[in-house]
Amino acid sequence: MSYQVDEKGYYGDFGGAYIPEMLYPNVEELRSRYIEIMQEQSFQEKFHDLLREYVGRPTPLYYAKRFSEHYGTKVYLKREDLCHTGAHKVNNTVGQILMAQRLGKKRIIAETGAGQHGVATATVCALMGMECIVYMGEVDIERQSPNVARMKMLGAQVIPAKSGSRTLKDATNEAIRDWINNPVDTHYIIGSVVGPHPYPDMVARFQSVISEEIKYQLMEKENTEDPDYVIACVGGGSNAAGAYYHYLDNPDVGIIAVEAAGKGIDTGESAATSALGKPGIIHGSKTLLMQTGDGQITEPYSISAGLDYPGVGPMHANLFTSKRGEFISITDEAAMKAGLELAKLEGIIPAIETSHALAVFENRKFEKDNIVVVNLSGRGDKDLNTYIDYFNL
Amino acid sequence: MNRIQEKLKENKKLLSIYFSAGFPSLDDTEQIILDLEKSGVDFIEIGLPFSDPLADGPTIQESSTKALRNGMTTHKLFEQLKDIRSKVGIPLIIMGYFNPMLQYGVEEFCRKCAETGIDGLIIPDLPVDVYHEQYKQLFEKYGLINIFLITPQTSEERIRFIDSVSNGFIYMVSSASVTGSTSGFGEATSNYFRRIHEMDLKNPQIVGFGIKDQETFKAATQFAKGAIIGSAFIKHLEKEGTSKISEFISPIKL
Repeated sequence: MSYQVDEKGYYGDFGGAYIPEMLYPNVEELRSRYIEIMQEQSFQEKFHDLLREYVGRPTPLYYAKRFSEHYGTKVYLKREDLCHTGAHKVNNTVGQILMAQRLGKKRIIAETGAGQHGVATATVCALMGMECIVYMGEVDIERQSPNVARMKMLGAQVIPAKSGSRTLKDATNEAIRDWINNPVDTHYIIGSVVGPHPYPDMVARFQSVISEEIKYQLMEKENTEDPDYVIACVGGGSNAAGAYYHYLDNPDVGIIAVEAAGKGIDTGESAATSALGKPGIIHGSKTLLMQTGDGQITEPYSISAGLDYPGVGPMHANLFTSKRGEFISITDEAAMKAGLELAKLEGIIPAIETSHALAVFENRKFEKDNIVVVNLSGRGDKDLNTYIDYFNL
Repeated sequence: MNRIQEKLKENKKLLSIYFSAGFPSLDDTEQIILDLEKSGVDFIEIGLPFSDPLADGPTIQESSTKALRNGMTTHKLFEQLKDIRSKVGIPLIIMGYFNPMLQYGVEEFCRKCAETGIDGLIIPDLPVDVYHEQYKQLFEKYGLINIFLITPQTSEERIRFIDSVSNGFIYMVSSASVTGSTSGFGEATSNYFRRIHEMDLKNPQIVGFGIKDQETFKAATQFAKGAIIGSAFIKHLEKEGTSKISEFISPIKL
């Protein structure tokens, strides 16, 4: 059994394309062409050239000596925080902007929560001279104003999503509506491994460069391609999908997915989809999602805007239900402490999303000779105000 | 024969009206349906509200959000419609997104529709391919007609497939847009109407999106069997409440 997507666009029971007919031509065009385009030699050359020269890849696989000593195991950090724009998100936007060009699209739309994917999209649009429209919840615009300013500097138009709860899920709805209204010239760059097939697989493939690098970097350092565990935080799950990708079907590598418990799983203020979600349909994909008994999608909560999504990518829903992945949820408090700890032990200030993955070491024991890779998905600059307020710095 | 199929045989242009159940007030559902039938409407589309209606513009989104806030649920809607068939004769269609039906249980939802006297369903995010493979037999078991959308971008091959899977009418979306966002029909739209007409499909077509008054109703039904009004009716309800429904409907069919 494989944990990769099947021919029909499903991961086990999850995935598919539950979309209105208005979206069918666009999604079908992408579905029928994405693999062939991605496999073209000229596409691969351009993609890898941009990853190297523009994004700054490969990112280091850094042995975190003091952190390892502290927890009595061997911890490597995959430094996605060192990517241009400060997080792994740009791996996907570089890939998708090239895809959009191949498809002859002139106009790019995207959704964003914390603003990282919006910035990464605005960045590649500036690079390619393409029109860029980013939908962002009105609430998020207020709490993430530096990223709004960055997007504007990069030439993007930021449109507030004013419907529903006015956060990421509503920004995604607005982007989908834009795509319905502009069916010919527009490409929608989805920022995570969510949405209708082929998005989860396409985004996972663009992010898979993360585990591709881990394999050969670990070989150089430990004489093996396979760590004992790969740990990543999961909101929609794109950094996790990239970090797991080449290990999905290798049972020797443990997969640990870390979700945001918010104020605690039972508090009603949480984003731990695997613990609180049920199968359903969100943004065109069948997956686990947080919803009422009546099937209305509920609003999640996490201190980290990047984990604040009521669903999870279908790949991860399948990793959870098949038990291939170990799912752990981490509270705001534990995550914030872990972020501060990494800063003190290693001189690296992580994004709060990433801090959730780091907090696992307080909750779960690893063997002394285990090799544990943590995907350090983003840097903490964008979260400085949250850290300042939280710790009274 | 299903009430929808009966209605489609009538020798006139048909008017269908959409409203969000639970809006403006939670318990308006029955009164709106009764008044719509009395005003001469041919079909009614009862909107089952959803938190994230992807294919809808701001008017229907807001009415859905308000309906949910008013306390509308799938259970509540079936409760409200329990005796509707003793009072109403025209076809009733439930239009809603797939997730609430999944959570209710698709078979249980279909069974309940049949018991209530619902004739058909419009589920914008249940694609025809998935329906054909997984749900067609179930819908047919309960005598429900599922209605699919086509748009100006839908390929001829796909329209033919949708026509072969359908056994009521085809919901023809007038332009590439979400609901409630167009004003009037241009030449491209007329050409699209003509193109579909000339395909000589086995299912009649009812046009939706962008119809709001007599003029747009006439333009939409030049070739098609009928037309659907949604957002414009909801705006009317928002402004006038439920007391002047016939004042909105009567001028359209003049």
